[in-house]
Amino acid sequence: MNAFTNGSPTSLPAHEHTGADPAAEVAATPRRRRWARPAVGAAVAAPLVLGGCNMYPSYGASRGATKQGQDTFKLFSGMMTTGVIIGVFVGLLILFTILRYRRRSEEMPKQFHESIPIEILYTGIPVLVVAFLFLFTVLTENNVDATVPVNATVTSTGTPVEHVRVTAFQWGWRFSYPDHNVSIAGDVTNGPGGHGPQMVLPVGETVQVTLVSNDVIHGFYVRDFNFSRYALPGVTNFFDLDILHTGTYAGQCTQICGLYHTEMLFSVKAVTPAAFQTWLSGEVAAGHTLQREPQSEANTPPPYTHVTPSNALAAPSSKKGSL
Amino acid sequence: MTTTIESPELIEPEEPGGPDAHGPGGHGPEDHGPDHAHEHHGPTGILNWITSTDHKVIGKSYMITSLVLFFISGAMALVIRGQLADPTSSLVNFQTYNELFTMHGSLMLYLFAGPFAFGGLANYIVPLQVGAPDMAYPRLNALSYWLYLGGSSMMTFSFVVAGGAASFGWVAYAPLSNSINSPGAGTDMWLLSLGLTGFSAIFTGVNLVATIFYLRAPGMTMFRVPIFSWNMLVTGILILIAFPVLFGAVVMLFCDRHFGTHIYSVSGGGVPVLWQHLFWFFGHPEVYILALPYFGIVTDIIPAFSRKPLFGYRGMVFATLSIAALSTGVWAHHMFTTGVVLLPFFSLLSYLIAVPTGIKFFNWIGTMWGGQLSFQTPMLFSMGFLFAFLMGGVTGVLLASPPVDFMTHDTYFVVAHFHQVLIGTTVFAGFAGFYFWYPKMFGRMLNERLGKLHFWFLFVGFWVTFVPQYLVGLRGMPRRIADYLPTNGWTFLNEMSTVGAMIIGFSFLFFFVNLVTSWRNPVPAGDNPWDGGALEWFTSSPPPHHNFTHLPPIRSERPTWDYNHPEHRKDESHGDKRHREHEQKEPETVGAPS
Amino acid sequence: MRVNGSFLAVIGVFFAVIGIVYWFWSYEDAGFLMLMGSALLGILPGGYYLWWAKRMKPLEGDEPEATVADGAGVIDSFPGSSIWPFLLGLGAFFATMTFVFGLWLAPIAAALGLSAVIGAVVESRRGGTV
Repeated sequence: MNAFTNGSPTSLPAHEHTGADPAAEVAATPRRRRWARPAVGAAVAAPLVLGGCNMYPSYGASRGATKQGQDTFKLFSGMMTTGVIIGVFVGLLILFTILRYRRRSEEMPKQFHESIPIEILYTGIPVLVVAFLFLFTVLTENNVDATVPVNATVTSTGTPVEHVRVTAFQWGWRFSYPDHNVSIAGDVTNGPGGHGPQMVLPVGETVQVTLVSNDVIHGFYVRDFNFSRYALPGVTNFFDLDILHTGTYAGQCTQICGLYHTEMLFSVKAVTPAAFQTWLSGEVAAGHTLQREPQSEANTPPPYTHVTPSNALAAPSSKKGSL
Repeated sequence: MTTTIESPELIEPEEPGGPDAHGPGGHGPEDHGPDHAHEHHGPTGILNWITSTDHKVIGKSYMITSLVLFFISGAMALVIRGQLADPTSSLVNFQTYNELFTMHGSLMLYLFAGPFAFGGLANYIVPLQVGAPDMAYPRLNALSYWLYLGGSSMMTFSFVVAGGAASFGWVAYAPLSNSINSPGAGTDMWLLSLGLTGFSAIFTGVNLVATIFYLRAPGMTMFRVPIFSWNMLVTGILILIAFPVLFGAVVMLFCDRHFGTHIYSVSGGGVPVLWQHLFWFFGHPEVYILALPYFGIVTDIIPAFSRKPLFGYRGMVFATLSIAALSTGVWAHHMFTTGVVLLPFFSLLSYLIAVPTGIKFFNWIGTMWGGQLSFQTPMLFSMGFLFAFLMGGVTGVLLASPPVDFMTHDTYFVVAHFHQVLIGTTVFAGFAGFYFWYPKMFGRMLNERLGKLHFWFLFVGFWVTFVPQYLVGLRGMPRRIADYLPTNGWTFLNEMSTVGAMIIGFSFLFFFVNLVTSWRNPVPAGDNPWDGGALEWFTSSPPPHHNFTHLPPIRSERPTWDYNHPEHRKDESHGDKRHREHEQKEPETVGAPS
Repeated sequence: MRVNGSFLAVIGVFFAVIGIVYWFWSYEDAGFLMLMGSALLGILPGGYYLWWAKRMKPLEGDEPEATVADGAGVIDSFPGSSIWPFLLGLGAFFATMTFVFGLWLAPIAAALGLSAVIGAVVESRRGGTV
């Protein structure tokens, strides 16, 4: 899961090179023709060479702890590499132009102002690049967005399906396991280590998350899943997670949701299916069942907000269907 | 007092001689005719300012107001960065922090970036560039400034009302912005301020479009209008598309808050996502309302300092138009993570915007290619813009992909992306324009040395601030949080970002010193200090009350250049032979020296 | 005028096309309506300009070979200074403040707004300062 190992060295120096220090390089101008070409070549080649060593440099991102997250990561990394190549090429082109054509005399340059073939070329090539990026985007998007049917218990390939209902509220999370009669919740004040509630999920199974909000818009985001989705009032969102590795992954609300947005933390603990079953029975024994879930957290006004009789009408409710 | 404007006289460019007579600081014909700068006799003092309908006065007022707001908002950014430098900092509390980032975003986006460009620079420069005596509707222009001043002071002073300023981010997503979650008067003032400044923007948009459509000087055909004015025209049209939608959305939100409607509330059968649709239908064109004027500034500066005509003028116009057209069809790429929008449609249109943007980049490079580049302050800032916008643009392409957006949405990756784009345009290109046109507006130069110091500190600070933000975003730091855990591994990158922000703040000291110096010890600018080509460099600095006493023949998008350098007009064709034939056709209409 | 009209019309047609595509792909009302509104914003004035471009004398600004002498004469009357925009702006400011701080501000807003509107109209009719 450690994604920091080889990422940033590939991306950032490239950009810093384009942007950083024309002043230092001004001194090198007289020799420009000798160094300019190898420099362009090296800069274009560098990401390719590194890419050869490692097909998908991470650039500091997580490589993904879920199948969907890994697909997303590969798309991100591929696009980033494309971006670095294009960015470095254009950046060096600008830098070359700056250094090569600095004013050295008062002679008037040739007043050319168009070249239709070149203009068509640099319209056409970006169209092709963009078309390829779009193609890969759609392919990845179809993988990431695919969900099993809402009531399925196994996927088409026979993997068991676990259903979890995530309810976001100001300022905390409720994780309900309707198939197992388990429901746990926590807000800014509790949870392990004060870092919010913990959602326990099995690895090797398909987890279908049903995401709803009780009040305002929240953002369900787990960095190592490379995924986020809004919890929208009035909308029920579904997404699937195929977690590949056990571990604890930090999550956090990403959409500003009021005063304690900052502290709306949670975590996901991925365990083996056997450990997951053990955990479930432990929670049932501890009384963390669906029956203890409040009828509607929405009808009690969230803490810290000011409700006056005249505007109490607009109190949000989670009992509406999806759009 | 109403002034009836007679057309300016024609100047035949026979006597000023060839380019050598002018040298690098080629200038307009200040010998021709009397100085009309003080021709206008109206009220004086503060009443003069209040009653003025002169586009130059209004433009300057707009610029000063928006710059003041820029510095207020920048100071808020420094407080935000101070809070984030330390994981558990308590420099400000949560409520204040939420107010700060909301007002930072709102002031920058609604009240600085747009008004500085289309209210300030465009107001001043567009009539000059197209050869008009004033904007088409001078009184509407004045009204638009007063609405802007009223709206912006209302938003700024919402800090002092009970409950504090708005605290839901500059996008004000429903239902967080409803009367339950944001009950204070500050929110109402925020909304009403958008109403006022929105109308101000619409009036300016109408004015710009009408001015460019109807008040072009004889011979200034649409395809001879300088790109800055073209971009302002397209910006004006985008304003007319986008701002009414914002106004409608704001009115509906206000009704939800106070008059018991349920347009955005689930309990009354409303749809919260509707706010996002309406807001971003305004918001994405708004991004280009903020960007296009600044593209225009750079497009005007680069040819002047390259001593060449713009490369690919028509390509530039079509690129601007396609950016405008596409930008109206991409709003929901801000809503990919809502799960309720059509992903491929918005993704494809967003990707396509990269193509015209790329065309612009290559046209800028093509303009410099083979030129004689001199790096005075405006050109330096333009180069800063190119590099900043390059990285911001490339990361923007990534965000057009829904899966990558799922991965980075609402993290600092996005924050870094849009700051690079917006600072690249509004600050680098904006100050490039300020340094470029300051001599025209005030008739005095800014100090080159201080300008360059300003640039280099800003440039270094910029990269130190925002490159770490990309990384911290990829490490999972969400935006709009006031503190974080020391165990997150975000501390060092945030510290670095804060140091960069301090450098950016420091760089503006050189700017202030520069302004003070130019007022204490003015260095006269002359009419055309940069050897610019567009029409604004033909008149005096500052221009007389109705802009022109004389006009040169307008036969290309840079009539002043053609006048000053008749030997070095645009090479209308590719071959030398055809070029000469063309030259032989021209003289009798243009009156060029034989 | 022909250039202006055509580019407005082309942008309008573009919005209409993507609006229709969007509707049949998503069946989402808000975006479809806004795209259609934008299409009209392009097509209506664009069509108007194109209609007039064939019927009116071309503007000097649209004549590639026009000289400054062709445009000689009065361009228009431009008010050199006017107090009414300021008062109207102030009125609008108070009018919006009414929504926050109460109706007691409404008379001030109405007085300022009305006087400004009347003043501006009279100013225009007389062609000078009132």
